[in-house]
Amino acid sequence: MARFGMVIDTKKCVGCQDCVIACKTENKVPEGHDRDWIVTESHGKFPDILMEIRTERCNHCSNTPCVSCCPTGASHIHDVGGVVLVNHDLCIGCKACVESCPYDARFIHPDGYADKCTFCIHRVEKGLKPACVEVCPTYCMHFGDLDDPNSEVSKLLQSRKYHVNLPEAGTQPNIFYLI
Amino acid sequence: MHEIFTTRNNPYVDPIMAMWEWQIPVYLFLGGMVAGMMIIAGYFLFSGRHKESNCACFSIPFTSLILLSLGMFALFLDLAHKPYVWRLYTTFQLKSPMSWGAWILILVYPALIANILIRPSQWMINRVPKLSEIAGKIQQHHILIRNIGILNMLFGLMLGAYTGVLLSTLGSRPLWNTSLLWVLFLVSGLSAAAAYVHLVAKNKAESELLAKADNGFLVVELFVFVMMFLGLLSSAKPHIEAANLLLNGAYAPIFWVFVIGMGIVIPLIIQLLAVNHKVKHTPIAPIMVIVGGLILRFVIVSAGQYSHWFNAHFH
Ligand code: SF4
Ligand code: SF4
Repeated sequence: MARFGMVIDTKKCVGCQDCVIACKTENKVPEGHDRDWIVTESHGKFPDILMEIRTERCNHCSNTPCVSCCPTGASHIHDVGGVVLVNHDLCIGCKACVESCPYDARFIHPDGYADKCTFCIHRVEKGLKPACVEVCPTYCMHFGDLDDPNSEVSKLLQSRKYHVNLPEAGTQPNIFYLI
Repeated sequence: MHEIFTTRNNPYVDPIMAMWEWQIPVYLFLGGMVAGMMIIAGYFLFSGRHKESNCACFSIPFTSLILLSLGMFALFLDLAHKPYVWRLYTTFQLKSPMSWGAWILILVYPALIANILIRPSQWMINRVPKLSEIAGKIQQHHILIRNIGILNMLFGLMLGAYTGVLLSTLGSRPLWNTSLLWVLFLVSGLSAAAAYVHLVAKNKAESELLAKADNGFLVVELFVFVMMFLGLLSSAKPHIEAANLLLNGAYAPIFWVFVIGMGIVIPLIIQLLAVNHKVKHTPIAPIMVIVGGLILRFVIVSAGQYSHWFNAHFH
C-alpha cells in the first residue's frame, strides 16, 4: 500500500505563507482557523543564530492516537495512501482526537466536526498535487509515496539529512524536514 | 536562546489547549462518584445489609441515577456536533476508551434500575403501583439480590476505571499519561461516594462504617498521588514538567490548597477525630471531600491540557 508523505526543505522555505492561503482557499477553511501554518524556530546566541522556517500541518502519522481514540470511527485511515481523514457525518465533536494529537494539528470546525489537513486527497486522487505543494514559490515542498523507493520523496530522504517533529511522541509522522 | 513562533491560532487550541472546559471535569467527577456509590450500594446488597429497613442502599441507586444522568447531560453539552450523538451507538471501537465508556453506560443503567426495583420508594409506588409487586418477587430471591449487588459492584468498577482510562490513553498530554490515573479517579470516586453516604445515611452503624471507609480511601488516595508523582518524576522530561505543574508550577496553589489540603488532609483529620469520638460527626468533612473530588477533576483536566511534549524543549 502506498504511504503518502511530504518532504519539506527547510533550507528553501521563507515563510511566505502562500501554502497557508492556498489551503484556506482550496479547502474553504473557516476564517480564524488553520489547517497549515508556519513555524519559525531560532536557536543559539547572537551572532551565532540558527533559524529554521517550516510549514506544518497534520503529519498523517503511521501510529495514530487520533484514530484509536475516536469513539465513532469518524477519524480513520483512508484506503489511499494511509491518509488520516475525518468523516464529518460520523463525528460527534467529542474533541478526543484534538486532545490526543501531540502536534495540536486538529481543531473543531464551526460546523461542529473535527477538522484538519487532508493532504488534499480530493486533488491527489485526481492525480494533482496538494494545493500547498502546488503553489509554493520556492518549490520547497514535495509530496509522494514514501513506500516507493523511486519516488521523489524517497530519493530526497535517501540523499539529505532530515528530522521529523516530536519523534519522541511515538506517532511516526510522515512529514519530513530536510536540514 | 531557543524561541519558537507559530502563525497558527486555532480557537481553544492555541496558545494553550483548552478544548475541554467545565463539562468534562463535571462528567468525570459525577461518573466517578456514581461508580463509588454503585460499589458501596452493591456491597451492601452483597453483604446482606439490605435486610436493615433503613439501609442507605435503597436511596443510593436512585440518587446515582440522577447524578449519572446529570453527568451525561454535561458530556452531551460538551459535544460540538450534537445531532450526531447517536453515532456512538452504531459502532463499537475496540481501541477507543470513549466507545467503551458509551457502552459501559448502557450496562450501568439497568444495573442501577435493578437495584432500585429491590425496594422502590413510596413515591415511585404511588405512581406505578405494579412496582411493589415486582419488588416483592425480587425480595423472595436472595441469590438474585446478591447478584444484583455483584453486578452493581462490577459495573461501578468499570465506570470508575473508565473515567481515568479515558484521559490516560491520550498520550499526547504528559500529565494524563500515567496508568495510575484510573486508580486515582476510582479511589477519589469511592471516597466522594463514601462521604455522600456518610452524609445521608439514616442508619448510625452505616454512617460510622462509611466514615471509617472514607478515611481508608483518603489515605489510599494520598498514597496513589505519591506513586503517580514518583512515576511521572522518574519519566521523560515532558512528564517531569507535567508533574511539576501541580507540585510547584502554575497549578500548585490550587492543587495543594484545594485538592490535597481541603479535599484530603483536613477532612481526614476531622474524620479520624470523629470516628474516635473526639469530635462529633458533622457534614463539614464529607462536603470538603466531595468538593475536593470535583476540584481534582478540574485540575487534572486543565493542567493535563496545559502539559505538552513541546514544552520540554523550552526549559
Ligand atoms: S499529526 Fe495529529 S492529527 Fe495528524 S495523524 Fe498525527 S496524531 Fe493524528
Ligand atoms: S471529535 Fe469527531 S473525529 Fe474526533 S474523536 Fe470525536 S468523534 Fe472522532
